[in-house]
Amino acid sequence: MSKLLTWIDDRFPLTRMWEEQWGKYVAPKNFNFWYYFGSLAAFVLVIQIVSGIFLTMNYKPDATKAFESVEYIMRDVSWGWLVRYIHSTGASAFFVVVYLHMYRGLIYGSYRKPRELIWIFGVMIYLCLMAAAFTGYLLPWGQMSYWGAQVIVNLFSAIPWIGPDLAVWIRGDYVISDVTLNRFFAFHVSALPLVLLGLVVAHLLALHEVGSSNPDGVEVKKQPKDPVTHLPPDGINSHPYYSIKDIVGVVFFLFIFSIVVFFMPEVGGYFLEANNFIPADSLKTPAHIAPVWYFTPYYSILRAVPPMFESQFPGVIAMGASVMAFFFLPWLDRGAVKSIRYRGWMFKIPLAIFVITFLVLGWLGTEPTDFLGKLGEVEIATLLARIFTVVYFLYFVLMPWYTKADKTKPEPDRVTG
Amino acid sequence: MNMLRKTLTIVAAGLLIAALAHAEGPQMTAQIAPIDRHDVASLQRGARMFVNYCLGCHSAQHMRYNRLQSDLGLSEKQVAENLIFRGALAKDGYVTDKVGESMKTSMDRADAKAIFGVAPPDLSVEARVRGTDWLYAYLRGYYRDEKSATGWNNLAFPSVAMPHVLWELGGQSKLAVREFDNHEEAKGAFVQTHVVGSLEAIHTKKDGKEMVKYVLKTIEPDKPGKLSVHDYDVVVADLVNYLDYMAEPVKNERIQLGIKVLIFLAILFVFAYWTKREYWKDVH
Amino acid sequence: MSNPPAVDTKRRRFLVTATATVGGIGAVAAALPFVFSLQPSERAKAAGAPIEVDISKLEPGQKLDVEWRGKVVWILNRSKAMLDSLKSLDDKVADPNSKNKQQPEYAKNEFRSRASKPEVLVMVGICTHLGCSPTFRPEVTADGEGFYCPCHGSKFDYAGRVFKGVPAPINLEVPPYKYFANDTKIIIGDDSGAA
Repeated sequence: MSKLLTWIDDRFPLTRMWEEQWGKYVAPKNFNFWYYFGSLAAFVLVIQIVSGIFLTMNYKPDATKAFESVEYIMRDVSWGWLVRYIHSTGASAFFVVVYLHMYRGLIYGSYRKPRELIWIFGVMIYLCLMAAAFTGYLLPWGQMSYWGAQVIVNLFSAIPWIGPDLAVWIRGDYVISDVTLNRFFAFHVSALPLVLLGLVVAHLLALHEVGSSNPDGVEVKKQPKDPVTHLPPDGINSHPYYSIKDIVGVVFFLFIFSIVVFFMPEVGGYFLEANNFIPADSLKTPAHIAPVWYFTPYYSILRAVPPMFESQFPGVIAMGASVMAFFFLPWLDRGAVKSIRYRGWMFKIPLAIFVITFLVLGWLGTEPTDFLGKLGEVEIATLLARIFTVVYFLYFVLMPWYTKADKTKPEPDRVTG
Repeated sequence: MNMLRKTLTIVAAGLLIAALAHAEGPQMTAQIAPIDRHDVASLQRGARMFVNYCLGCHSAQHMRYNRLQSDLGLSEKQVAENLIFRGALAKDGYVTDKVGESMKTSMDRADAKAIFGVAPPDLSVEARVRGTDWLYAYLRGYYRDEKSATGWNNLAFPSVAMPHVLWELGGQSKLAVREFDNHEEAKGAFVQTHVVGSLEAIHTKKDGKEMVKYVLKTIEPDKPGKLSVHDYDVVVADLVNYLDYMAEPVKNERIQLGIKVLIFLAILFVFAYWTKREYWKDVH
Repeated sequence: MSNPPAVDTKRRRFLVTATATVGGIGAVAAALPFVFSLQPSERAKAAGAPIEVDISKLEPGQKLDVEWRGKVVWILNRSKAMLDSLKSLDDKVADPNSKNKQQPEYAKNEFRSRASKPEVLVMVGICTHLGCSPTFRPEVTADGEGFYCPCHGSKFDYAGRVFKGVPAPINLEVPPYKYFANDTKIIIGDDSGAA
């Protein structure tokens, strides 16, 4: 065995790659709960790729056959139902895990120098994931697939001058059609996964170059190394310590994941929407269309912005900006320390408000705008969405001031606990 | 920090609940359909109902007849003789080649569209679209309405294109409208409606003063059918049970497997956690 | 890592083995549904179900092609000339007595058909060499060649028996079949309960 390994290592840097990227990668020893979600995101990516490959074997990207082929997978293909539920649950699980992973970044300042590029790659992964989710959602060719895609693609037609032509170009037709389905399929099963994998590799290479952050914001890589073990005092090798710890995380995740897959795959219409069990009908819009839950915060922002100059474009801009804002975090945050542990209330309160804002916007986005009734002439839900949209942007816009003015405690030299 | 977040959440939630209370529009009763997906006898009866009363116009093109054998404990012969009617089938006593087919309707879609205005939808996954409670209310919510083209209307689905195909069994009902000034009283009567009810608050202005009326619509038996009200409810429940089964035939299997998977994962978790604890002794 | 406690390697080895074993079982179990999903689906099975064919109008010498499990099945009502041609071929064909299990027991006879209707030949029309479909020779010739495979020149007689010296190694396959409705109909793919 070791002979074989030597033979390979002479020709390919297998051992070196393993040790640099994981085996001997020195990670801070004080990772807490929030640090599980990176490895979990990678795990979900694998789940999605594997289950996706097997779905592709029976799915037909054809407007006349797509809906039927999904039911075919659910009924006629042996175990097809499981593969399909794994994939549909995996899509939502991906966003759950990624949102928690991003929240970790927010509270511990994982985006701060020298990890700006890791963060940027991460936001790009997030964008790519959104594109993958959006294109994938069209594939079952149900009513929600169809009209969801219709609405989102029409957003592009709000762009001044080129908009209408651009929307037609994206669809390849004047309405969402078989052509659109085919190209979305191509993006969903080949282009986007390739980009996603590339970005994940970049994200990890960048991470292993600069080293992981941690809840104390201590730069473990800068600590003097022990002459015997070659380890910094607060660092440990990823293997076996984080290997086994992440496995525990994965098993726990699988437990929750299985509860959804086996007992509640629809999650009350949030993971699989009732209207998507009706085949796409280009002549009939469902009474209420909402995107899947992971897009609803942005959808709320889109709806909250009123048309200006007879154009929907400002809403589209606001929605785009609300996602893009994440890219600028490394430069918006002027705090003296990275971690929430050593920051003051001027950081904590805006963050708490931001989390609430994101959740409320997400909740509003799942409902029709009149669902809370009216206050005089104004829809209450729209009013709330507007307030929270402003708050959402204020979190980013005001960040340079409140993080700078924040009273921080000094970061320790050694990790605590 | 945590306190603050909690407080804010509570405030936000309170605000929204208060707002919710203002929401208006007709409320529908949501009686829980009394179905049991493990009740094979009920599913068998429901399958028969479905074939007799629904399949004439509606297809269930994703459902194969022979799936009923394994899932509902029927023999090939039983499926063939009791559930498949089309053509000269089973005339010669040989049917094996048909039971693998899916439940298609004998009605042409274009004809159907001409007759009803809309083509009757495929019902394979209808229970996943509507939910069983809605179906239960809908199939019991028909009443006579001379103004409609079919002579029927439905409380759960106003102006529905489908006539009441089960009227021979369930009889005919008529619409009963009651008005209340007091919301509490209306609510009380609403909760007690047997079949299906719709409650709506109507605002009117009289002498510059705003008045609120609560209109409760429900249906009352008019001419009895072959079955008593109770027996009809059972028949509808069987049918809804079957529709629910047909929408996801694998459901029972899925849940059974899920329990095993969770038990396995719990065991794996224990081992993984022990191992982790053992290794992490080095770190602390 | 100050003052590392003594490492209990035995315990570690046990725990790692146990976790890996249980995890491995789980991984295999998780892989199985994916493997099984590659099997023929219910649709494929339904398409592979027995088929019934009405042969009441099949004239002597006439051949009918039907599809069963995606393969072509011939039903040939052999003329007297065709049946007669079989008798002289025993030393020219590779397996005159149908020793190879290319037919159900009831078709293991000189006509390779059910005894009740020896003239009717039911045969999977796929060459046993590389899977092409041989061409039917409706005109009986002196050499008794009933089917000729265009791909590699294999020859078969009117009972689907392969001639010696051609690429195909064994006789053409007779599928399970039975008659019903007073022998006017054939069921291909199911012979249960028939004599």
